[in-house]
Amino acid sequence: MSPASADTPTPDSHLIIDNVTKSFGSTQVLRGVSLSVHRGITTAIVGPSGSGKTTLLRLIAGFEAPDSGSIMLDGKVVADGTTLVPAHRRNVGYVAQDGALFPHLSVGENVAFGLDRRKFGGRAAVRKRVAELLAMVSLDPDYAGRRPDELSGGQQQRVALARALAREPELMLLDEPFSALDAGLRVATRKAVAATLAAAGVTTILVTHDQGEALSFADQVAVMRRGVLAQIGNPFVVYTRPSDRETAEFLGDAVILDADLQGSLATCALGGIPVRRPTCQGRVHLMLRPEQIRIAETGAIRGTVLETDFFGPEVTVKLELHGPAASNGLKQTITIRHWNATLTKPGTELYLRVIGEGVAFPA
Amino acid sequence: MTPATGMSSDPSNIRSKARSPRSRPPAPVVAAAVVISLATLIPLGFVIIMTAATGWDTAVKLIFRPRVGELLFNTVGLVLATIPLCIVIGVAAAWLVERTQLPGARFWSLVLAAPLAVPAFVNSYAWVSTIPSLGGIAGGTLVSVLSYYPLVYIPAAAALRRMDPALEQSAASLGLDRWRAFFRVILPQLWLPITGGSLLVGLHLLAEFGAFSMIRFNTFTTAIMEQYQSTFNGVAANMLASVLVLLCLVMLLFESRIRGNARYARIGSGVASRPPILPLGRYRPVAVVGVLGLAALALGVPLGNVVRWLVAGGADIWDLPEIARTLAQTLAFGLAGALLTVLLAFPIAWLAVRYPSWFTKLLEGTNYITSSLPGIVVALAFVTVAVGYLRPLYQTVPLVIAAYVLLFLPRALVNLRAGLAQAPRELEEAAQSLGNPPLKTFLRVTLRLTAPAAAGGAALVFLGIANELTATLLLAPTGVNTLATRFWSLSSEIDYGGAAPYALILILLSLPMTYLLYTQSQKAAGQ
Repeated sequence: MSPASADTPTPDSHLIIDNVTKSFGSTQVLRGVSLSVHRGITTAIVGPSGSGKTTLLRLIAGFEAPDSGSIMLDGKVVADGTTLVPAHRRNVGYVAQDGALFPHLSVGENVAFGLDRRKFGGRAAVRKRVAELLAMVSLDPDYAGRRPDELSGGQQQRVALARALAREPELMLLDEPFSALDAGLRVATRKAVAATLAAAGVTTILVTHDQGEALSFADQVAVMRRGVLAQIGNPFVVYTRPSDRETAEFLGDAVILDADLQGSLATCALGGIPVRRPTCQGRVHLMLRPEQIRIAETGAIRGTVLETDFFGPEVTVKLELHGPAASNGLKQTITIRHWNATLTKPGTELYLRVIGEGVAFPA
Repeated sequence: MTPATGMSSDPSNIRSKARSPRSRPPAPVVAAAVVISLATLIPLGFVIIMTAATGWDTAVKLIFRPRVGELLFNTVGLVLATIPLCIVIGVAAAWLVERTQLPGARFWSLVLAAPLAVPAFVNSYAWVSTIPSLGGIAGGTLVSVLSYYPLVYIPAAAALRRMDPALEQSAASLGLDRWRAFFRVILPQLWLPITGGSLLVGLHLLAEFGAFSMIRFNTFTTAIMEQYQSTFNGVAANMLASVLVLLCLVMLLFESRIRGNARYARIGSGVASRPPILPLGRYRPVAVVGVLGLAALALGVPLGNVVRWLVAGGADIWDLPEIARTLAQTLAFGLAGALLTVLLAFPIAWLAVRYPSWFTKLLEGTNYITSSLPGIVVALAFVTVAVGYLRPLYQTVPLVIAAYVLLFLPRALVNLRAGLAQAPRELEEAAQSLGNPPLKTFLRVTLRLTAPAAAGGAALVFLGIANELTATLLLAPTGVNTLATRFWSLSSEIDYGGAAPYALILILLSLPMTYLLYTQSQKAAGQ
């Protein structure tokens, strides 16, 4: 486990979570989570279901209290062994999985729910603010009069976001807000939400089980597994240099090969591959992303196509390798992707080359 | 009311180490629910303690005698004759209305539920004034079936409506003709409404006093009442009550045994399409005559007789001051009872929905068992407890209202439970994250979203109270009359004319509630 530098609290940290644990009954859901989030950035907490990511978000929101550890917001402790600031005093925005719009209120009333009319300067001022907020999430002000059940799923999520933005929270928590939407709408809504939050300059934490969503949405990705954060870092680094094999395989397709690592060169069925800052030596598992393995005109590494699976823009190709290392008994099959299905008929022999560096994990 | 979550509404920003709101419910709510549930155990405790205190010899002497044998024969015979008839009539009517091209199906759907608005004792009054010789098991069964078949019909119709037509289509594609599909696919799907409805019918049969007393048909309940009123013979009445309670518990146990826990709800996702509607072909006249006949017997006879007596009585029977006083009394009892019942049901329903555990299930279950006891048993228990320990409460309004609460708590519970499911925890959390303290959240979100269900529950409790006879007769202060007790005393004196205005008002009061019940069952079916 190698928490990246983003985890070190700095004066600019908006949210600092320190060694938080939480159990429900006999199940320990969080086993010591530490995370630091800078002001104004977007963090995605990604992990398989049951990993504890939603619980962490609920602790930050104030819906649950940690068993131990502390949570600091804006330099003030909001939860530790002796203190608990309840949710309604934290000024933290929260958008739930299904939006959780109040069914008995219109869209406008939902958005205005958190606004105190007296403090806000009367009915007209509230109406104006609601229209502004709806515009922020790209909804026509006419929507204010509609009922939540007249909206599509994506519109409901945007109303929920507008409602959460109404109180101008400095921290926004999004609990899988796109998972109930269908694929096309999910991407569009995600982009709209990200743009709105960036424009408002709100520190955002997104919880999701969708790796692609986490990688595309966030400035910082925290990978959660069995109640701990396995890795924290920027999306590119976490994807290309995962800290362990499980993280690697969770974040995307991975080609794992047995290799012999000497210094910073790993020898495997695909030849010699450079490894940056290796943490181990000798017999290792070498991880490459499938897109790093390309089909070449010629070369030393060859593979025979075993089977293919065509799905439109790409074809996945399962290959048996016979490179220079194959004689060492390191004969292996790998799966890569290619755009041209006609090149990759089963039985064809292809030349391969590897782009970039690999990552070594202890075998 | 209590705050909506474990969070306190402490004015200071900071509070001491928090318990997880999910793992432990707030103590005041638990305490309230426990106290209410314990109070509902008074009648059952009374029967057990009385039976134990009577002594073995006396109990044997009082229980094993020809009189009890006759009552047992009558009561059990009535149950065994009425329930199957209610099932056949209820299911057949539901199927005709929901699944066939019966002319005017929507109209009949409502009309066939309407007899529920006619109290059984009014129905009995109508029949005995039509056929004065009516009596015995046959008479009891006739009146019971016509009064109580809607208890099977309404849930069966709702289930037929909600049933996934794909099941029948699958049956057809597997080679079953319509008749065999009905018996092998549709009928098993109706098992839950049939068993649930039959249990309700059975419990009503055990508890009914007025309808059977009117036609001089003796069951345990009428005998207990007679014993109590003629001799104040506490011990003999109590022994009869303990046999009655035993019958009641046997019925509950039997129903829970045969109900099973198979899954009958739709499996899989997607929106169910409308079920197929069968053409009746040459059976059409038969179906129309059947539905028409049922409506005539169950609704036509009581309404016709009430109108007949009203016409015959003319202006003389409208003792307006007395009617107004009785109506006001009924409304007061009904409203007070309904409000208090809903209020007391709230903590139990809330715990059962938000903190499901064996403990909250036990709390909830206690209330169902207690209120399935006949009103006469609850009344006897209250009389004994009040006379023995709380003398000032004897024959006071609070005692009557307390009995109503015990008898009708489940009606409020069932509704509140459904209502709370409309106000999920996520909405409360959303309100809190928008800056609303727990109490404000409870008022603005939880209470607001539960209000329609609470109103529905209150209406059903009101309906129960307006038509309640036995507990009111035993417990109400001397000289205080509800519509039901006034109707009862007039018709007992064979003043059928004088009783008619009260019957009319009772029916008119019940109609909107019955309509509500009917639409609720349709809504529960996703319509």
